[in-house]
Amino acid sequence: MALDRAAVAHIAALARIRLAETELAPLADELSQIIDWFEQLSELDTSTVEPMASVAAAGLPMRDDRVSDGNCREAILGNAPRVAPAAAERGFFAVPKVVE
Amino acid sequence: MIEGRTGEWETVIGLEVHAQIVSEAKLFSGAATRFGAEPNTQVSPVDAAFPGMLPVINRHCVEQAVKTGLGLDAEINLVSVFDRKNYFYPDLPAGYQISQYLQPVVGHGRIVLDMPDGSTRAIGITRLHLEQDAGKSLHDQHPSLTYVDLNRAGIGLMEIVSEPDLRSAQEAGLYLRKLRSILRYLGTCDGNMDEGSMRCDANVSVRRPGGSFGTRCEIKNVNSVRYVMQAIEYEARRQVELLEEGGAVVQQTRLFDVGRGITRPMRSKEDAHDYRYFPDPDLLPLVLDRDWVDGLRAGLPELPDAKKARFISALGLSPEDAEVLVAEQAPALFFEEVAAGRDAKLAANWVVGDLFAALNRLGCGIERSPVSPAQLGALIDLIADGTISGRLAKDVFAEMVATGADPATIVEQKGLRQVTDSGAIAAAIEAVLAREADKLAEYRAGRDKLYGFFVGQIMKATQGKANPTLVNELLKERLAGQGPA
Amino acid sequence: MSDSLTQLTLAEARDGLARKVFSARELALAHIAAVEAVRPLNAFITETPERALAMAAAADDRLAHGQARPLDGVPIAVKDLFCTKGVLTTAASHILDGFRPPYESTVTEKLWQAGAVMLGKTNLDEFGMGSSNMTSHYGPVENPWRRQPGGRAGDNRPLVPGGSSGGSAAAVAARAALAATGTDTGGSIRQPASFCGIVGLKPSYGRCSRWGVIAYASSLDQPGPMTRTVRDAAILLQSMAGHDPKDSTSAPLPVPNYEAALSGDIRGLRIGLPHEYRAPGMPGEIEAVWQQGAEWLRRAGAEPVEISLPHTRYALPAYYIIAPAEASSNLARYDGVRFGLRVEGDNLDEMYELTRAAGFGAEVRRRVLIGTYVLSAGYYDAYYLKAQRVRALIAQDFAAAFTQVDCLLAPTAPSSAFAIGETGDDPVAMYLNDLFTVPASLAGLPAISVPAGRSGDGLPLGLQIIGRPFDEAGVLRAAGVLEDAAQFRDLPGFVAAGRRIRDRDDSHHLRQAGS
Repeated sequence: MALDRAAVAHIAALARIRLAETELAPLADELSQIIDWFEQLSELDTSTVEPMASVAAAGLPMRDDRVSDGNCREAILGNAPRVAPAAAERGFFAVPKVVE
Repeated sequence: MIEGRTGEWETVIGLEVHAQIVSEAKLFSGAATRFGAEPNTQVSPVDAAFPGMLPVINRHCVEQAVKTGLGLDAEINLVSVFDRKNYFYPDLPAGYQISQYLQPVVGHGRIVLDMPDGSTRAIGITRLHLEQDAGKSLHDQHPSLTYVDLNRAGIGLMEIVSEPDLRSAQEAGLYLRKLRSILRYLGTCDGNMDEGSMRCDANVSVRRPGGSFGTRCEIKNVNSVRYVMQAIEYEARRQVELLEEGGAVVQQTRLFDVGRGITRPMRSKEDAHDYRYFPDPDLLPLVLDRDWVDGLRAGLPELPDAKKARFISALGLSPEDAEVLVAEQAPALFFEEVAAGRDAKLAANWVVGDLFAALNRLGCGIERSPVSPAQLGALIDLIADGTISGRLAKDVFAEMVATGADPATIVEQKGLRQVTDSGAIAAAIEAVLAREADKLAEYRAGRDKLYGFFVGQIMKATQGKANPTLVNELLKERLAGQGPA
Repeated sequence: MSDSLTQLTLAEARDGLARKVFSARELALAHIAAVEAVRPLNAFITETPERALAMAAAADDRLAHGQARPLDGVPIAVKDLFCTKGVLTTAASHILDGFRPPYESTVTEKLWQAGAVMLGKTNLDEFGMGSSNMTSHYGPVENPWRRQPGGRAGDNRPLVPGGSSGGSAAAVAARAALAATGTDTGGSIRQPASFCGIVGLKPSYGRCSRWGVIAYASSLDQPGPMTRTVRDAAILLQSMAGHDPKDSTSAPLPVPNYEAALSGDIRGLRIGLPHEYRAPGMPGEIEAVWQQGAEWLRRAGAEPVEISLPHTRYALPAYYIIAPAEASSNLARYDGVRFGLRVEGDNLDEMYELTRAAGFGAEVRRRVLIGTYVLSAGYYDAYYLKAQRVRALIAQDFAAAFTQVDCLLAPTAPSSAFAIGETGDDPVAMYLNDLFTVPASLAGLPAISVPAGRSGDGLPLGLQIIGRPFDEAGVLRAAGVLEDAAQFRDLPGFVAAGRRIRDRDDSHHLRQAGS
């Protein structure tokens, strides 16, 4: 098996998705099947080919240094979950406190 | 070197500086970058990572990074790649930061430190890359909530990484000041550490002289040069003590506690930071045109090292004066304007001496100097052509600082023109010698020191306006000749 | 020519409006009724009848003043991955509950500027991840086609429309929308088009802007038209395509006249038949319709020739590494802070974890976890980087083929539509549906699915034409010839009949499957 329960728990933590204890084993099974299926790629000799990150061949287009956006606080805050009216009133998003 | 109980230890320091790019708009969005705006008013949906939003790079930010690389004598990589650095934090709305990992836009360079003993020391720069700044998390606004302001999210940063070539807190301070100076000369970053536009992470380790590198700790986000130096000193000693007691240094990220003057470990789960870097699929590789880079190189202003060397060799300034003048670009340019077509050393004396003293006293920078370069130059001209004496020029200068008036105006208004009329001086000499007859006798009897007394009296009699050279000439003549006793 | 306003093609509607046979308002009303009638299929997540009528009124105004725009009055459905300003946009996910974008996607903005009328947002596989439209938080979509009685004895189960653009495909096939927008990442336009018997085009990567399209896999996603005819696809693509400076991957190329390319003349066209697409275990009828397609094209003057795309079978695993990897990063922004669902926690990480666990469905979760894994420390080289190299090989295969031929003919899907819930527990089995569509996605090539025949069960079977980069015109031309030869005019069992232009007995308002 490519992944065991601990590995799945670790990946889920990296991805910030809560998994129930009872889900770990079946997920490990499922994901392992998928990962095992990936193994066939190792049959290919890719030593002489560069990874293809993009189909587009050109270089990155650039834009002018002009203020053309922003100054739209209502639009930015408008979809935020209504959990902290005091924060929203002052123009902030709010999350459970982080201790540094 | 640190003297430990068991012998000497060498401190090894590498600095990572995050310099906010001076630009109107952000690196990948069109929102504004100005400091101090109301929360979340300088945020584009792109910066807030709304669904479907995409980055488009700001040409000026790329220019600023390349200019900085050129100013650091570094290799410019004509092809570079943007990567996503993935992690979760409230001030990082997308859950990833657009940065550059394996192929940064700028490669190896160097900064030359001006050591206190007059020598220089070159510190290697490993790389410079472009990345997005994060927003701000405010932890002190509410008992159980952290407030998030994304105004800063997406502002362009240049991350400048030094080689671990620094060997003391002092060198680290010199490095940061030099780097800040170069950035400000180039106009690519304002170097304002207390506004957070320039931040420093210090990697510190210790080793036996000649030994291999020790384990390092990273001290993050120190926001003044002084604190960086303090943090390094503390951390180096902490590690030495630890090692001398037989312990081992654990690689970790630490914060500098300003209040207690110590470093302490950060609370976050370090092992969870697997950044899973991969090339950002929303961005193509950044490809720069060689001619364009050459054009930028040709347009660079003269940088501090070159300017200092020119001040010394071409203008004859002392290394000390030259160094003081080039530390910031504005004073250097001020000086150059004053010195143009004039005695450079004299100009340097006035700028470094009288002007800087006055500015210090007033508590203002040279940008708000009450005296303009043209005015100071005019004052120097008045001394050079004999209109006023050097001694009185100091008074004129003080008046210029207080009122902002032109020197010529002040001289006229106060009637400070130097007296060069031999007749008037001769008359003053006669009057003084007549009054001080007994002192004259003493002088003739051998008390040579009274010469200075006579000169002083003559200057007083002429309200300081007598040309000193003429006074000396005529007084010596008068005293040499037998004349009336 | 059908006498019902909902049975028209886009081209016919455009013509009828221009000749004032009917108004945009009438057209909109007919389709609004059809959208309601088609609710049993669950093709729409949000219906926007008021907006449609307002847009139709504006279109009528322009038509009356002789200022007609290219799509004036044409009622279309929009896949709920396109952000529509002020209108609920969900990506068929619980995690985007209540999200009303403050901006309009570039592609839909272009459509509204061209005068099109918005009927609503169609259902899809959550975040575009799926080939069946069974993973939507809003429930599965049903294919308006059912197996014919007499086929598999008594098998009258509801079928999938394909995915991820299942809602769009079902709406167009069931005559509830004249046309629809879709997005295709690994086959999400083409495969549902094949399953529902309509035309679906995935343009070249970069042809249409991705700005405002909720991202699944950034290097693969591409918006495209889903229509009843090839001509309609050309017309719709004309308004959707074009360079967008807000999308750095958008191609800075002019948009040719696609409708003008439909000359019907493919004499001398060299058509490649990739022999690796003859998959083991592939149903005989798929092979048969493929050969039939080749024959039709040959009769029209083209030269079919077998070619090889040697790395074909590695395309699927490569895709299922790359797409989830990009998705795992693209979906990190769904964290309960700025929009959508939020589940409170005792601390920040708990809030993130609970929100995302509750908000993402099982397939999305699976792909985010796979994606996170293949990018993680120690695995990046072996999986992600390896897959990107394999991708380069696949692109090279096509490039080599295009030195010998002008386009390729292949099946679209390895089967006809299957029953909802049929595929069972094997996660890889579902992925095999994308066998024929994924390679063109990895290479960024334009590809279209055209309904070409029917299975033994009476279900539609599509054929795919794949072309050179930015040769949508050539692809459409060949597809037009195929469409002419196939003469696929069949209606699915479930059709929403709208208002008729002439007063007629409307008691037969709705024809259910099997009647």
